[in-house]
Amino acid sequence: MLQHKPRRWAAGSALVVFASVLAGCGGDDGSNTLTYYIADAAQEDVATRCSAESGGAYAFNIQRLPNTAAGGREQLLRRLAAEDRSMDIVSVDPPFMAEFANAGFLRAFTDAERQEFSDGILDGPLKQSTFRDTLYSAPLYGNTQLLWYRKSVLQKAGVDPSAGPVTWDQLIKGATQAGVTVAAQGRRNESLMVWVNALVSSAGGSILQAGSENLPANEVKGGLNTPAGAEAARIMHELAVSPAAPAGFSTAGEEDSRAAFQAGTGGFMVNWPYVWAAFDSAIEEGTLPANFKDDVGWAAYPRVETGTESASPSGGLGLSISSFSRKQDLAVQAIRCLANEQSQKDFMKTAGNPAALASVFDDPEIREMFPMADEIRTGLDAATPRPVSPYYGDVTGSIQTAFHPPDSLSPGSTPREANDLLEDVLSNKRLI
Amino acid sequence: MSTTTSAAPPRTSSETRSQRRVRLTDRARHERNLGWLLAGPAFIAMVAVTGYPILNAIWLSMFDYRLTDPEGRNFVGLGNYFTILTDGLFWQQFGVTSLITVVTVAAELVLGFGLAMVMHRALYLRTALRTAILVPYGIITVVSAYAWAYAFSNTYGFVNGLFGLGEFDWFGGTWSALVTVCVAEIWKTTPFMSLLLLAGLAQIPDDYLEAAKVDGATAWQRVKRVILPNMKAAIMVALLFRTLDAFRIFDSVFIMTAGAQGTETLSFLAYRQTISRVMVGLGSAVSVILAILVVLIAVMFVKVFKTDLSQQRGERK
Repeated sequence: MLQHKPRRWAAGSALVVFASVLAGCGGDDGSNTLTYYIADAAQEDVATRCSAESGGAYAFNIQRLPNTAAGGREQLLRRLAAEDRSMDIVSVDPPFMAEFANAGFLRAFTDAERQEFSDGILDGPLKQSTFRDTLYSAPLYGNTQLLWYRKSVLQKAGVDPSAGPVTWDQLIKGATQAGVTVAAQGRRNESLMVWVNALVSSAGGSILQAGSENLPANEVKGGLNTPAGAEAARIMHELAVSPAAPAGFSTAGEEDSRAAFQAGTGGFMVNWPYVWAAFDSAIEEGTLPANFKDDVGWAAYPRVETGTESASPSGGLGLSISSFSRKQDLAVQAIRCLANEQSQKDFMKTAGNPAALASVFDDPEIREMFPMADEIRTGLDAATPRPVSPYYGDVTGSIQTAFHPPDSLSPGSTPREANDLLEDVLSNKRLI
Repeated sequence: MSTTTSAAPPRTSSETRSQRRVRLTDRARHERNLGWLLAGPAFIAMVAVTGYPILNAIWLSMFDYRLTDPEGRNFVGLGNYFTILTDGLFWQQFGVTSLITVVTVAAELVLGFGLAMVMHRALYLRTALRTAILVPYGIITVVSAYAWAYAFSNTYGFVNGLFGLGEFDWFGGTWSALVTVCVAEIWKTTPFMSLLLLAGLAQIPDDYLEAAKVDGATAWQRVKRVILPNMKAAIMVALLFRTLDAFRIFDSVFIMTAGAQGTETLSFLAYRQTISRVMVGLGSAVSVILAILVVLIAVMFVKVFKTDLSQQRGERK
């Protein structure tokens, strides 16, 4: 008898544990806790503030996505495809939104919500939050690249971006002449896709032919086998083989570019505005001299042709609601705070990521912290999103394969090969 | 001289086993039944968790199936296999995988043998030495890959500084990137190889070596004529295990080069189709091909090189 007691107790507690595990799986625990997948640490502070302000209406269970864009996409894709009911609000990198929306993973915002969440949002971030004229993401921040330069090298280089738009060719020539570098992202990941897209668009082309977002994968046609595609390949190749390419060009991501720009031979760089806040951190740490920022200037993204305005890269982050969430209304309520003006301002101050709301750029505090606020706002309005496609994973994978390493590209063959690869991969005829 | 030293291994296996079977029938049967009873549930669970995914992967590999487009799923039979086997990328990555396998396993065998000898012969600090040698194997592959990626980095790595290479970008070219991957792999798994070889080394009776010494054999002759022939089984098992492992290399490549510069391996190909592109059918087909290749390697070792796995199961002492 005595021996049975602990066993019964053990069986009983096992049952309790099992039942609670099952309940945990269900996601709908009747509580007001929303599971929020964040891509940036600063989102957590905003979430804490919002849940405090909500007066107990909702709280967050914060989950962090992997650091890289591709890693974040893969985790979301896997979980959403498995109809994970424990996800409520997810942070989606705009180029991946169409893929998720097309698969039915994201809840479409209603017309009234769309009105609310797009009010006062800049054009670039808004464009990339909609798919087939439906809003699937509430823009949290926008992003665009600027041309950064060291004022001290301009005279020797013979180019002055502050005087007017400059072209890639002028930059490469000038930097070579001055013995300094032009840092760009030649690493084979999403940042390479950003660069290729910006170059092709600046030259007046597009990676996918118009209207392809509504076609089945095997009917999608690429737009790379064009003069614009050739220009992109030419510029990438010329920079990569020129003395102006920083060491390790074909493996350089955003942070490597910043390191090259900060080095003694740094001259020019295309990069996101977060670098401005990153310079501050480096100065605080003592890795950069205190007056470093006095030497840094900024201008609009370089042009491909003198007479054609550049199409600056577009990035950012949107908040979407999972179709499988059981607390969708509560999630909408939470997003009203997570993406509001105050949150976007906080986010810009702490993470250095530009707001998607135009009004934030008029804030005196922001204008003081970001002297380039106007250039960022203009860039965001003119920013050209990466191709909107339900098969974006294949598109970016093909581009990253075909346009890498930059020093081996050829304007004669790369555009055709890239176009063939893209179309073959989409029709399941080739691997990447 | 050689006749005394390369003595036949102690007679144990088949004779004693058959004798035991005759003598202990009742008890043996009883034990076998008990064994099945004890191991049965685990065996069934194993078959369920390994058998089902394997069969499912084979089934899925016959579909054109994109996870984000479940309605577009259609049966293509062996079409995916045709796509893969006629694509140059597959063969290129097969070559890269084979190259990494051959280079790393060969280097690990030589280094591992040296380390095993050191561990075997050490007179002082034996435990400390063995622990120190095994440390790399205890480190998670992803962590070791990061460590090596940082070491070879042209901005903050120490390798370039150590060898005066300036700003040489190891990850910027196919061959140099492959070198870094191989170095990371060799550093990480040599201890495993040396552990398996140490087990083989410990099985050689000291008498053989002493007899050889008395007969005037040099150190090299003792290694070549006594140690190696008596360790053949252990070496083959170590090679088999490491080859199977090395052929499936993924972590180091993923972290160090992300597959750039033509350093992608077959596991990476499966990863890209299945996880990045969510082409579940195509990815499953790559995985099935990879699994078949691994089985072929195992069969080759067992049948062609006559690797004696019984030693690893502890049936031969």
